[in-house]
Amino acid sequence: MAGAKEIRTQISSIKSTQKITSAMEMVAASKMRKAQERMQLGKPYTSRMRSVIGHLANANPEYTHTFMKQREVKRVGFIVVSTDRGLCGGLNTNMFKAALQSMQSYSAQGNSIDLCLIGAKATAFFNRFGGNIVASTRDIGEAPSVTDLIGSVKVMLDAYADNQIDKLYLVSNEFVNAMTQSPQVQQLLPLEANDDKELQHHWDYLYEPDAEELLDGLLTRYIESQVYQAVVENSACEQAARMIAMKSATDNAGDMIDDLQLVYNKARQAAITQELSEIVGGAAAVSS
Amino acid sequence: MAMTIHCDIVSAESEIFSGLVELVVATGSLGDLGITYGHAPLLTGLAPGPIRLKKQGGEEEVYYVSGGYLEVQPNLVTILADTALRAGDMDEAAAETAKKEAAAKLLSQSGEIDYSKAAIQLAEASAQLRALQAIRRNARK
Repeated sequence: MAGAKEIRTQISSIKSTQKITSAMEMVAASKMRKAQERMQLGKPYTSRMRSVIGHLANANPEYTHTFMKQREVKRVGFIVVSTDRGLCGGLNTNMFKAALQSMQSYSAQGNSIDLCLIGAKATAFFNRFGGNIVASTRDIGEAPSVTDLIGSVKVMLDAYADNQIDKLYLVSNEFVNAMTQSPQVQQLLPLEANDDKELQHHWDYLYEPDAEELLDGLLTRYIESQVYQAVVENSACEQAARMIAMKSATDNAGDMIDDLQLVYNKARQAAITQELSEIVGGAAAVSS
Repeated sequence: MAMTIHCDIVSAESEIFSGLVELVVATGSLGDLGITYGHAPLLTGLAPGPIRLKKQGGEEEVYYVSGGYLEVQPNLVTILADTALRAGDMDEAAAETAKKEAAAKLLSQSGEIDYSKAAIQLAEASAQLRALQAIRRNARK
């Protein structure tokens, strides 16, 4: 029965692992709901901001901000939003792949790349992979606040204003639904004007104080809100991905326990049969 | 009845107000301003302070914002409120921290930053106080 005992300890160890993964699944499910709520709460600001910026792009301002001017691309900046923790399936890996693909298309043209990393996983990945990291933020937690992101974003915006980078991208995960998250690469700078047909006539805002100062602040807020929204969305993605990963881990543990249980039963049955045949054989020997 | 305009107050972390109003009184960065229907398109910064809304039907509501931006379109007022406390020095410090983090070093805080933080907190507190007073006045009416 030596084999059977080993199998029994193995089964109990897998069972305790299963308990942990199923607990993590439930925790992730409840955290995902909260993260999704947070994502919904931030949406009105981002959409209002986008419409204000849209109006602005359609106005005929006497002053054009640097963020709105297209220029020749020599260096490209990437803000990569990742999670702080692992155990969330292929979420980060898929996103890094998408980021690298987009980076390679630029480095193939001879452009160099600057990185701003949000989240511990991105920092770990690009430290190993290599890359010019100019700013990084980590340990943002489950309820990220705008304050945590201002610093890293400012580094990139300053670099853009100083002509150190000529384009700025944001790489993050898009929350499609609880089952699907897809990596996305979106352009932050220069700003692309959207075509709002209603406001095509000639007009301009009254600026108070002057346009330069005002636009500077407003556009900074705009980029920050985009990054904030991406971080919040990414955290919803993280919880959803973790929930799925832990669910499949729990299922796999269940399958493994079933298989082992079968092996254990067979081993036990074999031992009993052997014992019986020994007794029967012994009895036959005595009686004959 | 007075003409109304649509007013939205949003912050990065939540939606605060959305609805029809007759009058918006806000604390602009260059002074208080009142906005009614038909105001010229305007973009302005907001100082920390109360935002007073006169809703359709005359009911008044007061909100407090710690800064942000106000946009006026002919039929729409949008207030983009800040949630974070902002100032040049503090942004600078935050950027510095992010840079340092990249180099994995710790930032020792200097006295100057603490001073600017304190100044903002003071402005914040006095603005909050003004908003509270406005709300109290309303309640007494």
